[in-house]
Amino acid sequence: MALPLLPADWSADKDFKRLNALSSASERTIEPVGPHFLAHARRARHKRTFSEDDRIQAQEKARKTEDVDDGEISEPEDPMDLQREAKDWKTQDHYKILGLSKYRWKASEDQIKKAHRKKVLKHHPDKKAAQGSTEDDQFFKCIQKATEVLLDPVKRRQYDSVDEEADVDPPTKKLTGKDFYKAWSKFFKAEARFSKEHPVPTFGDENASKEHVEDFYNFWYNFDSWRTFEYLDEDVPDDNENRDQKRHVERKNANARKKKKAEDNMRLRKLLDDASAGDERIKRFRQEANAAKNKKKADREAAEKKAIEDAKAKKEAEEKAKAEAEEKAKAERESSKKAKEAAKNAVKKNKRVLKGSVKDANYFAEGDASAAQVDAVLNDVDLVQGKIDPDEIAALANKLNGLKVSGEIKSVWSDEVKRLVEAGKLKEGDAKTLA
Amino acid sequence: MAENASNAGPEPGSRVTIGITFGNSNSSIAYTTDSKAEVIADEAGDRQIPTVLSYNDGDEYYGGQAKAFLVRQPKITIAYFRDFLGQDFKSIDPTHCHAAAHPEDTSGTVSFSVKDKEEESSTLSVSEVSTRFMRRLVSAASDYLGKKVTSAVITVPTSYTEKQREALIKAANDAGLEILQLIADPVAAILAYDARPEADISDKIVVVADLGGTRSDVTVVASRGGMYTILATAHDFDFAGVHLDNALMEHFAKEFMKKHNTDPRSNPKSLAKLRLEAEATKKALSLGSNAQFSVESLADGYDFSVSINRIRYEMVGRKVFDGFNRLVEGAVKKAGLDVLDVDEVVMCGGTSHTPRIANNLRGIFPETTTIQAPATSTTAINPSELQARGAALQASLIQEYEAADIEQSTHPAVTTVKHIANAIGVVTGENGDVFLPIMPAETAVPARRTVQIPTPAEGGDVLVRVVEGGTHIKVTKPEPKPAKEASDDKEDDEDDSDFDSDEEEEEEKREKIWKIGGELAEAAIRGVKKGGKVEVTINVAADLGVTVTAREVGAKGGVRGQI
Ligand SMILES: Nc1ncnc2c1ncn2[C@@H]1O[C@H](COP(=O)(O)OP(=O)(O)OP(=O)(O)O)[C@@H](O)[C@H]1O
Repeated sequence: MALPLLPADWSADKDFKRLNALSSASERTIEPVGPHFLAHARRARHKRTFSEDDRIQAQEKARKTEDVDDGEISEPEDPMDLQREAKDWKTQDHYKILGLSKYRWKASEDQIKKAHRKKVLKHHPDKKAAQGSTEDDQFFKCIQKATEVLLDPVKRRQYDSVDEEADVDPPTKKLTGKDFYKAWSKFFKAEARFSKEHPVPTFGDENASKEHVEDFYNFWYNFDSWRTFEYLDEDVPDDNENRDQKRHVERKNANARKKKKAEDNMRLRKLLDDASAGDERIKRFRQEANAAKNKKKADREAAEKKAIEDAKAKKEAEEKAKAEAEEKAKAERESSKKAKEAAKNAVKKNKRVLKGSVKDANYFAEGDASAAQVDAVLNDVDLVQGKIDPDEIAALANKLNGLKVSGEIKSVWSDEVKRLVEAGKLKEGDAKTLA
Repeated sequence: MAENASNAGPEPGSRVTIGITFGNSNSSIAYTTDSKAEVIADEAGDRQIPTVLSYNDGDEYYGGQAKAFLVRQPKITIAYFRDFLGQDFKSIDPTHCHAAAHPEDTSGTVSFSVKDKEEESSTLSVSEVSTRFMRRLVSAASDYLGKKVTSAVITVPTSYTEKQREALIKAANDAGLEILQLIADPVAAILAYDARPEADISDKIVVVADLGGTRSDVTVVASRGGMYTILATAHDFDFAGVHLDNALMEHFAKEFMKKHNTDPRSNPKSLAKLRLEAEATKKALSLGSNAQFSVESLADGYDFSVSINRIRYEMVGRKVFDGFNRLVEGAVKKAGLDVLDVDEVVMCGGTSHTPRIANNLRGIFPETTTIQAPATSTTAINPSELQARGAALQASLIQEYEAADIEQSTHPAVTTVKHIANAIGVVTGENGDVFLPIMPAETAVPARRTVQIPTPAEGGDVLVRVVEGGTHIKVTKPEPKPAKEASDDKEDDEDDSDFDSDEEEEEEKREKIWKIGGELAEAAIRGVKKGGKVEVTINVAADLGVTVTAREVGAKGGVRGQI
């Protein structure tokens, strides 16, 4: 793998940038062995002479690599145990015999070996004999048996499977609140030792999230346990004895194990049922879930109702608007009809005024007007009338109204004719009688 | 070394030196010629000399001859006493002496009573017993070398206390032997390997599995440029050679009982015969795939001869073999390391001849780890001889020094040294995200390491980023294979569970991943020519000051800076 290219914006004085010092170091002892050490020693001694004090100081500084007996694995021995018979090894508490009762399944192999050695140093029968004691070797044999079981991973699991001392009793049903969580936590923590899978979810407390609680119950309802019950087997007779008897006991044992295993699974299931039945968190989550669900439902119904109402209101509004529009249209239609009629009537009336005016003006004749004159004038009135709209007729009628004097009437008419000629509606010379 | 400094030993020039391992079960003596170590055979031709003394009719026997007396004359035969030296009676484990002279409590100290003269018995302190045994070793070596051996380096367990060291030195001095130095068993074994001319003195993590007769000791050592630092140790008295003997004894006793209806373990003499032959059979099974167990008049006057093959033996001893695996793994863990961090496993002690043990370790460690044992490596040195050879080599290295000089050179003020906690290296890769270690963690300072690093194909200006690095282990679970639901025919379905378990056995993948840590410095190397390399030197001083030097290989100049 090659060095990276220098970033374009990199620069430093003399092309070297110092950043941090070494983060840490520890004092250790190098072994004074080999040619390379001799070279080191020559440099390190540098013609100095080191004293006893230097030795002590240096030794104190150096990181230790040998374990020191910190007395951690020593418990007072139970006088009852010291009286035990080795042949009863099946019923002995192997951890207690070795002084490891506070560790049990948690004891490391190293701890077991150290505990064993401690006991051997103390109880070896040859030592006791050398010291003039007549104590028999029964307890020593118990120690050896305990060690044999605990240093064999298979046998140890079999023993741990039935080590009731490591059990934590399930809480009583009465517990509530913080005590409930504490007690079940403790119970499941102990029970977790049987799990094939790790890490094992913890019970958690009242503040545990829904996810945590669900994980917990999921894991535990599908618990995969290594627990086995060989340790409780009935002794199988030796090879040499009756083969049938041997096979019989073996079959019995196999069945008993299976049964105990099934019972153990049921036990756990039942306890899980108990725990979950009393688990306020589950209730709370359910209520919360219900509340959420109800709210959703209510919301949905409200929304549906509103939608229906809205639709209804909209429809009504639309209908109303339509009706109103129709009403209005009708009214308008009617009023316009009246107006038209009124206008027609007005036109008629005005036309009567126009005609009346020329009649009043005696058809602009001196004396009796000839029929031709009357016709000519009335024709010209019709002509003018035909060229103007009702408003102009009305305006003209207005001007003519009340006029009695022929000259005056004539001048109104001639103005009108003049206007129409100017507007291009009449030609010069049209409506001659009125001009 | 303060203990023997006052003891006016021979002049350095006139020393004749050997290396000694003084075990509970066996001892060995070795010398060097032309800086090559050789193990010396005693008069009986043994290179592993049983650490046993026996007294018969006023005559003293040692080694193999004395061990043979365990059958007929156990009470006058002293064995398995090395660990008692420098110990109070209350702190000794007498288990292995049961079929020999029993240790006694002499006002709190350990002693043995044997009839060592024709008529009278003596009570011999364990120190005296050791002196007598040592005298025999020295005389065997002197006979072999043709000159009086004056001085020795002896190997001792790492757990040896100051009191035990003093007691051992006194016992040796009383035998007329000057002790130049006591060195740790596992370090002697490593030295025996590193002293070979073809040895590559690189930076490596070495696990020494010293599997003896009565105890097993595992040591994790950081080997850094030929200097050794012990990171962790584990001592075990429950899984060792005698426990394999015990397993075989039980096996053969049961076989015997099938035929003769009597338990050879119920009578001490039969038991002793059973043990001796079980051990011999065990050794034979290290070499051959079959061995014959045969004892004349094993019990009730019956002779007994059966054969056993290696596979059977490996079943019989399985619990002990598994125990070794866990012990070694536990020690690696105790050192804060992973099996992937281990470069080499050095197997020593007689029990390390056992092929099964070496093969098991071969399976535990990654393929890149060398397992130095006869069964797994053609270049392995005889595990029984490693420590004596290492001791002899060390003796030859220091024999020219005055005793006071040795004392000062091995003084804790000299051996207590700062070790860097994290690896130091540079960042490589196009994206600048790959850590290249230059100086590994647990290197004693002062120290200097140099590497040459390639540059991008076209050369140009490159960045040298000096950083600290750490590792973690990345575990990749195997992809769960899609369940083959649509099975072709029904019959297959029933066997499915069998296939499933096969799939589960598919192993997860574990890798060591370097992580870039704190930044120490940056330097630019400009105008590297096409295909050029950059040489980076890291120098850490005793006060942890770091000097970085970087230059293009073959070019002038370069960059140098201090942190
Ligand atoms: N070839 C072999 N194959 C298997 N085991 C062997 C072989 N040679 C020796 N041994 C066993 O090695 C053990 C002795 O180991 P070693 O010579 O290293 O003794 P030691 O260092 O004195 O041991 P300790 O101090 O632990 O008792 C004995 O149990 C012996 O049976």
